[in-house]
Amino acid sequence: MLQIPEAQVIVGDNAPPVAVAPLTKRKVTSTVQEARIRRVFVVSGFFSVIIMGLIVLFLFKEGLGLFSTVSVKDFLFGEFWYPTYDPADFGILPLIAGSMAVTVISSAIAVPLGVGAALYLGEVAGHRTREILKPAVELLASLPSVVLGFVGMVVIAPLMQQWWDIPTGLNILNASMMLAIMAIPTIASISEDALHAVPKDLVEASLALGATRLETLTRVIIPGAISGMGTGVILGMSRAMGETMVVLMVAGGAAQIPTSIFESVRPLPATIAAEMGETPFGSEHYHALFAIGIVLFLLTMGFNLVAAYISRRFHQKGAATL
Amino acid sequence: MSRHSLASRHFSQNLAFTVFRLIMLTVLAALGGILLYVFIHGISAISWEFLTAEPTNSMTTGGIFPAIMGTLYLTVGAILVALPLGVAAAIYLSEYATDGRTLRIVRLGIQNLAGVPSVVFGLFGLALFVGYFHLGISIAAGSLTLGLLILPTIIGASEEALRQVPSTFREASLGLGATRWQTIRKVVLPAALPGILTGSILGIGRAAGETAPIMFTAATFYTIGLPRSPLDTVMALPYHIYVLATAGTHIEQTRPLQYGTVLVLISMVLGLSLVAIIIRTRMRKTKQW
Amino acid sequence: MVKASAAAQSLEESQGRPSAKPERPIIEVRGLNFYYGDFQALTDINMTVKRNQVTALIGPSGCGKSTFLRLLNRMNELIPGTRVEGELLFEGINLYDPHVDPVDVRRRVGMVFQKPNPFPKTIYNNVAYGPRLHGLKEAKNLDNIVERSLKSAALWDEVKDILHQSALGLSGGQQQRLCIARAIAMSPEVLLMDEPTSALDPIATSRIEELVKELKQSYTVIIVTHNMQQAARVSDDTAFFYMGRLVEMGPTEGIFTKPQKEQTEHYITGRFG
Repeated sequence: MLQIPEAQVIVGDNAPPVAVAPLTKRKVTSTVQEARIRRVFVVSGFFSVIIMGLIVLFLFKEGLGLFSTVSVKDFLFGEFWYPTYDPADFGILPLIAGSMAVTVISSAIAVPLGVGAALYLGEVAGHRTREILKPAVELLASLPSVVLGFVGMVVIAPLMQQWWDIPTGLNILNASMMLAIMAIPTIASISEDALHAVPKDLVEASLALGATRLETLTRVIIPGAISGMGTGVILGMSRAMGETMVVLMVAGGAAQIPTSIFESVRPLPATIAAEMGETPFGSEHYHALFAIGIVLFLLTMGFNLVAAYISRRFHQKGAATL
Repeated sequence: MSRHSLASRHFSQNLAFTVFRLIMLTVLAALGGILLYVFIHGISAISWEFLTAEPTNSMTTGGIFPAIMGTLYLTVGAILVALPLGVAAAIYLSEYATDGRTLRIVRLGIQNLAGVPSVVFGLFGLALFVGYFHLGISIAAGSLTLGLLILPTIIGASEEALRQVPSTFREASLGLGATRWQTIRKVVLPAALPGILTGSILGIGRAAGETAPIMFTAATFYTIGLPRSPLDTVMALPYHIYVLATAGTHIEQTRPLQYGTVLVLISMVLGLSLVAIIIRTRMRKTKQW
Repeated sequence: MVKASAAAQSLEESQGRPSAKPERPIIEVRGLNFYYGDFQALTDINMTVKRNQVTALIGPSGCGKSTFLRLLNRMNELIPGTRVEGELLFEGINLYDPHVDPVDVRRRVGMVFQKPNPFPKTIYNNVAYGPRLHGLKEAKNLDNIVERSLKSAALWDEVKDILHQSALGLSGGQQQRLCIARAIAMSPEVLLMDEPTSALDPIATSRIEELVKELKQSYTVIIVTHNMQQAARVSDDTAFFYMGRLVEMGPTEGIFTKPQKEQTEHYITGRFG
């Protein structure tokens, strides 16, 4: 039963062409235009790759100049960094050691805290608590590094010096604590995503078999999420290693191979940031700082590639890898 | 079997969950402690004059107006660079790319770009923009450097926003005889816009707080008046904090100014992030499709 | 039954358009094969679709009926790795001729999808979307098209006061009629409907069915349906697909009362599917 008689009339008025109008040939202009637009976007997609290429190119272009006067071995394994002496020493072993020290110590702090926070957010907190706390963790991630450097320098360092009666509060431990604050949100949020991605039916199956939530967590959820959590941990470490302002302001700046966590160090990024401002353009020292940039770039890229590999290699396919 | 009694299983669960809870509290305490400490020490320095006047007496008195404006210029410049490039790359990833080697290379490029340390971006900006392009140490060079730094953030957020647009919208539009580009422009992008904006705000927040990339490309510790052209050097809040806290001859004397500047920077950066996070949460709740 | 072709012809003459021979089918399919990668989804389809009639495509899930429908406006080619062989003639022109513009095909062969999919725009802007794409800008013309299309889709009375509110506020049945109006606004010659009522309640379904019967006066309608009663109620011709082949096609009444093939009979009497 049709209830809209007037519509019928309108349909008649607005009848479409029933006649044989041939389909238009591909309009050359519009097709060409679409192809051109497509190309613009493909190029935009490649832009990041191009920039990566340019970064490599310019780091090497400016950094390799050093190796006409300093051997790669003396650079990487030399124990003395005296870039402004005459003759200058460009050994970055103490700088690498400094970077390693703060990366390892900060990871030792950040990994348990970041993973613990993720486990709390993902498995313990109620829905509403999580809605409030997740943004708080993200806020922590957006704290500018110079602010953490400032806090470490102005607040934590004097406290440490007083409490433990040590020569300086600007040391590995202090810098590592501040770096940990930067790495925790990275580790926590990536781990939490990984926990969240474990299929709910597996979790329910475990609970239905009489497992407690903790047992389900350790036997089903964590094994399922382990690759994602590993990725988070490594990206967090990579972030700590590449971070500049905190180590520049808090690590103390002494180019020495440390023997305790209360000693000062001069990690790679801090060296670049502290010295580039006072270096004549194109000098040997200038090239040396770019060469440090190459080392730092390769180290962090190594971390990132490992993270990418883990997340691909151990990516859960169905439930079979549990 | 006593080890496996129900009571002991519940006990270990409670113990573990208490540990997780304490860890969360520690993390929150770190955030809250820093914010509170900076607020208490910084609020006394904040005044109308502090926000609107230029520094005086070799930066021991006066305000931070040029630094606020400088950070504004740099971040606006960065977003002008990153937003078009980032959205275009996201459109490629979500609307045009098909699985295969090309896509893998592009994704690898973006992932690695996201992992490049900020100080390396600084070196790159120095070599390419300051040196090779002869922009000198300037707002332009700093904005370009910061723009490339936040590019992966913008790409990530925009791609997520585009992917959340249901494919039925695209089908409906193509089914009506729209070309792919018309579909993207008239249906997909408008629907993804709020998500893209949220991502941009997060990017702006990040750009505003970064120090290392602008140290050798744009920032200087003192300018007379405001910059007049994109090729001028500029003061910036994060760099101002660094300089006041480490390089002045009156470090102790300028402590209140340092706290005040930190408070201003934190308010800007966290304020932006908070706005973005709130918008995003709202959007997820009220989404109609 | 309306004598559709006669009506169409008189209409053409009144509007001075070049007239087609009434007996010439609007769509002819010859030896059509379709592949998703290595998987052959359709095998050797031969079919004709008559002008200004409703043709129903029926068959069990996965039989290829929706795939076939989406070939008629080249929507399948949006899926990478698909391949078409054979001829699919629309008004005597092969739709898959390399010189034919798929965008033009989709403008003239409209489609209504399984789930209502209005854009997150106002009701008005949903209907005006297509005409605007093709360069229509004047407000007055657009107003006319929107009104006519909504009337044709039997939705005008319900939405005429809320044209500038979001289409997402409409009920499911209203949304689907809006999608029909949106397709009609392009004045397509053929309207493809892919199980248009599968997401709707019975009342909304019967309104759409009434509408379909009405629409054939101006359009050729091809409808995929899971519901055999629906096919019997709305269609003039019915085609039965099974395992990627067209098993049988003919006037609906014949297919449902005296099927020629055993498979058709089994399906219709509910022995599988």
